[in-house]
This record gives sequence, structure tokens and C-alpha cells, in this order.
Amino acid sequence: MPNEPLVRISDLNFTYDRRPVLTGINMTIPRGKVVAIMGQSGCGKTTTLRLIGGQLKPSQGEVRFDGRVVHELDAADLYAMRRRMGMLFQFGALFTDISVFDNVAFQMREHSNLTEAMIRDLVLLKLNAVGLRGAQNLMPSELSGGMARRVALARAIALDPLLMMYDEPFTGLDPITMGIIGQLIRKLNDALGGSSIIVTHDVQESLQIVDYVYFMADGKVVAEGTPDEIRASDKAYVHQFVWGEMDGPVPFQYPSAPYREQIYGATHA
Amino acid sequence: MLDRATSALRGLGHRVTSRIWRLGFASRFFLATLLYSGTSFRRFFLTIREIYFTGVLSLIIILVSGLFVGMVLGLQGYDTLQRYGSSEALGILVALSLVRELGPVVSALLFASRAGSAITAEIGLMKATEQLSAMEMMAVNPIARVVAPRFWAGVISMPLLAALFSAMGIFGGYLVGVVLIGVDEGSFWSQMQASVDFREDIVNGVIKSVVFGIIVSWIAVFEGYDSEPTAEGVSGATTRTVVTSSLAILAADFILTAFMFRGA
Amino acid sequence: MNRITLDLWVGVFVAIGLGALLFLALKVGNLASANTGETYVLKANFDNIGGLKVRAPVKSAGVVVGRVGDIRLDAERYVAVVTMNISSQFKFPRDTFAKIRTSGLLGEQYIGLDVGGDAEVIKPGESVKKTESAMVLEDLVGQFLFNKAAEGNEKK
Repeated sequence: MPNEPLVRISDLNFTYDRRPVLTGINMTIPRGKVVAIMGQSGCGKTTTLRLIGGQLKPSQGEVRFDGRVVHELDAADLYAMRRRMGMLFQFGALFTDISVFDNVAFQMREHSNLTEAMIRDLVLLKLNAVGLRGAQNLMPSELSGGMARRVALARAIALDPLLMMYDEPFTGLDPITMGIIGQLIRKLNDALGGSSIIVTHDVQESLQIVDYVYFMADGKVVAEGTPDEIRASDKAYVHQFVWGEMDGPVPFQYPSAPYREQIYGATHA
Repeated sequence: MLDRATSALRGLGHRVTSRIWRLGFASRFFLATLLYSGTSFRRFFLTIREIYFTGVLSLIIILVSGLFVGMVLGLQGYDTLQRYGSSEALGILVALSLVRELGPVVSALLFASRAGSAITAEIGLMKATEQLSAMEMMAVNPIARVVAPRFWAGVISMPLLAALFSAMGIFGGYLVGVVLIGVDEGSFWSQMQASVDFREDIVNGVIKSVVFGIIVSWIAVFEGYDSEPTAEGVSGATTRTVVTSSLAILAADFILTAFMFRGA
Repeated sequence: MNRITLDLWVGVFVAIGLGALLFLALKVGNLASANTGETYVLKANFDNIGGLKVRAPVKSAGVVVGRVGDIRLDAERYVAVVTMNISSQFKFPRDTFAKIRTSGLLGEQYIGLDVGGDAEVIKPGESVKKTESAMVLEDLVGQFLFNKAAEGNEKK
């Protein structure tokens, strides 16, 4: 079914400790496209990724990956599905006790019977794609933040996944590295012919590379559209977020008693 | 007043239920570790690597403390025994205390603080930096790949370390008693051999150290896996590993001793 | 750390660990002397075994020839039935005397076999006929005091 989107999220609810985290999420990730999920910290973006990867179970609704409901898979099928997914974690999550080369080779050694020589060629190919072939013998502790992110990217695409998920790929990077990572995400997506989901709150960088954007706030999808639609949006929340304004629908003040009452409150008591 | 009493009771109840819940979780985790242990033996290199980190790197501390504990036993034992004119029984005293109690118990305590805390910190850090999550997303079970090899490495290393501790301690007792003080060498060894029974003393000591190895490794991997994924969480879990496993070792030692050496 | 060095270190560790176990078993414990070789069973009845324990040594002329395997009370005759595992290389004549003795004044108790002159040996599973019970210290002291008191009475 080539017209079926790679990921379809329908009416997804998730509660943690009786606190609703996600309510009524509907999203589709078409094949071959790069989709961004944006929103403030703590609005449920990362939770959405974890639900797609089957690390959490939804309280209601479902996530379909390539036509199959993720939370109904048994352990073996879930693992088989994850082999077709790649995930880039916020700070790379490289295995700190093995070298860059072994990090990229990890999945190939775990999941395939390739010979060491073939693994070597593949690893160098992947490292070359992120421009770090020369760093193959370094340990993760010797890498800068941006290099670690690129190695993690090479590791995530090791098995040529259908779906790449990026959890805050731009956090804590300088503008140059940010640009490199952004371009890599787009190029790799087009080269692999898969789909990508970027969870981020970095608006300007991601609007340049994505095809479609979902905006989330308080566990709900509040806006969606192509980058141009988002830039032109007159919705107050989207406008505040895209242009980084201090006050708006998201208030500057943490909810509190009226200022006057709190200042003079002590005299009344 | 009544309010305060009910809230205190509720607090107590909550604490008890959460402890029991945690114990249940730890037991399920233990079973899962055993269930996914296949990888640790099929790809034994994973376990060998961990034996290096738990066993080989604990060697120095175990050997040095064993030697000193044995030397102190030699001094103190001689001081007490010679008052009753039976200083040649020094060998028995040193060997029995080491093989039955001090060897397994002290080396397990040292092992908990040297290797157990390291295991907890390592797994906790892997969790905090999302390495375990990343592994799951790469369709690799972290219990099979990370937890089980460390657990088995601990279980394998512990009896070997305890035996080394005892042997080193007996050598230390020999140094002080025979070489330094001048207890008769022949009676030192022969009295020891006549009183230390292979099944009763040595096998029981080995059984003890295997049990302690299981306890310490289990607590260490569980605390690491269950730690809060933050810096404070990991350091708290490391402390808990040392405290919990030390208490568990001593309690288990009492129970095992009561069963093994009862009336024999 | 490459794999070869790692294997080497772990190999060294396991080897010296097993070496220490072997040292404990052979040099410290009695694995070498006691558990090797075949044994056969002898029995002996005692009126009083004192503090004799299972696994206590059985000695002949001061040399350990076996160990106590089992101690039970015969419910009909009210005597202690002691089973001894004797090393197969030693045979004892029929008139051998089994005594419960103490090493030193307060030491552990063992069974001493005093060999007689009979040409026939005791067959495995049979009982040693002649036995002597343990000396109980309290009885000895009591007897001593009683004798002293009796002496004192005579002098008057």
C-alpha cells in the first residue's frame, strides 16, 4: 500500500501517573517527507516519539507504523520493527565505552551476519556520509558536542532505516554545526528515501529543511501546516513561538496570586 | 489531632507499600536477568570484559586487605592463645576465621564498594545519557546486552576473590605467626589441616561467597537500572548499592551460618 | 583495551583464583588426607559417648585411620551406636578395643582403636565388641572428691 503514510497517529492519548500528557493527537508522516513536531519544552513531543518507537504504550488510540499497530506487536515483532527505525537522541547517547567505529558498527554486529570486512566498509561509508571518517578510532569522550551528534547520526542510519526520528537534534550546538546537522538530516532523508520526524523547539533552523510542521502545546496539536503557512500564520500561539516573543498566549508570569494581594497580603493576616 | 494521626498512618502505609512494590519490581528484574542470560554465555566475550572490570580491577584491594587482615589475626590470635599456652593453635584460628567468615564476608563488602558501586554508576550513567534507551531503539535488549553480563561477571568473580582473600590472609597469618613471632611452622600447618574440614568449612565458605556474589551483583545492577536518570539520581543509587548490599551480606551471612554450622 | 590483553588478564585472574581455591582445599583443608580412597564401615556400641561428634577422627596408635560417620541411640538397649568409616587399607583384629579419648585435657574427642592379637580381622559392617566409654570430667571430679572425703573419714 504505497499510498498509506508511513506513520499514522490517530486519536492518541497518553497519561502518566493519572496526569494527561497527550490528548487526542492526530498526525500523519507521509513517505519521503521530513516532518517537524514543535512546541515548548514539556509539551509531550518526546513522549510522542517514544510512543512511535513502542517504548511507551498509549492509554487510548493507536500508532500505526507501515500499516501495523505498534502497541499490539509482541516483543519479537516490536524489535523487528525497531530495526527499520533509527533514532537520534538529544545528546547523541553514544556508547561511551566503545570507539566511534564500534558505535556505528554496533547494530550491524548485533543484527546481521556480515563479515568484519563488510562491516568495515559499511561503517566507513556511514562515517563518510557525516564527514567523520577520520574520527573512527576516537572514543566518544574525545568528541565535541557537534561531532558526537554526527557520529550518533551515522549510527542511527547504520541499517538504512525507513523512519528516522530526531529528538532535539539542534540543542546546545553552535550555528555552524546546527546548519551542518540540518543539511545532513535533509540530505540523508532524500538519499535513503525514507521519512523523518524532527522533534525540536528550534524554529528557524527546522523551518528551512522540513516539509510539514505540527505545533503542540499542553499535549495537543494546536496548529499544523507547511513552513510557509506557519511563517504566515496569524494564530497568536504560533506567532509568539515562531518569532520568540516574550509575552502572549504563553504568559511570562508563572501562575500566581495577584501581585498586589501578595505584596500587601501579609498585613491582612 | 485525628487528622495528624491518619496522615502519619497514611505516610507509613505508603512507605511500606512502596518498599514492597520495589522489592517485587527487583524480583521481576532478577527473573528477567536470568531469562535473558543466554547472550552472556553465547557471546562470552561480553562477560569476560565485565569480569575484567569487576574481578581483575578488584584484585589489588582484595589481596592487600586479605594480607593485612591475616596479619592482624596472627598478632591478635597469638596474643590471646599464648595466655592459654596453645599458641600452636594459631593456624587453626587464622584459617577457620578466614575460610568460614572473614574471607567471604569482608571480600564481599569490599567487592560491593569497589565493583558493585562501579556497576551501579555505569548502568545509571548509561540510563541518564539515554544509552539504554538508544539500545532499545536499536532493537537490542539492554537487560541481555548490559545487565546480564555484569551480573554473571559478579557471580563468577566473587568466589575467586573470596578464595584469594582467604589464601592471602592465611599467608599473612603465617608471616606474622611463624616468620615474625616464631610459632612452630610444622604445628601451624598440621593443626590447621587437622581442623579445617574440606566439606564443612571450605565448601561452605565457597557457597557463602557465591550467594554474596549473587546478592551484590543483583543489587548493583538493579540500583543502576532503576536509578533516576540524573546526576543526583546516579550518585544516590551508588550509595544505596553499597549500603543495601552491605546490610544484605551481613544478614545473609547470619542466616547461612545458622544453617551451615549448626551444632556440627 | 584490546581483546587479547583483556582475555589474558581475565585468564590470569581466573587461574590464580582457582589456584587459591586449590591451596585452601589441599594445604589448608584436609581434602588430600581424608577424602581420598575407599572406606569401609565399622560399628561400635558405647554406654556413653561424652562429647564425641560426627566427623571426629578415628585413630590407631595416634594415626588417623578414619572418621566417625554417624552417631545414633539404640532405642532398645539405650546404648550409642557409632558408625566409623575406616580407610580400606587398614584391617583390625577381632579383639580390637575401641575407646573414646580426649586430646589434651579439654581438647576434642576421638575414637582410639587399641589393636589386639587375634588372627582374624573384623569384617566390614561388623561391630567392635570391646569398647570403653568416654571419661566424663564431672564424674571424675565427683569420684575424686568422694574418695577424698572417704579418706578423711577413715583417718578420724
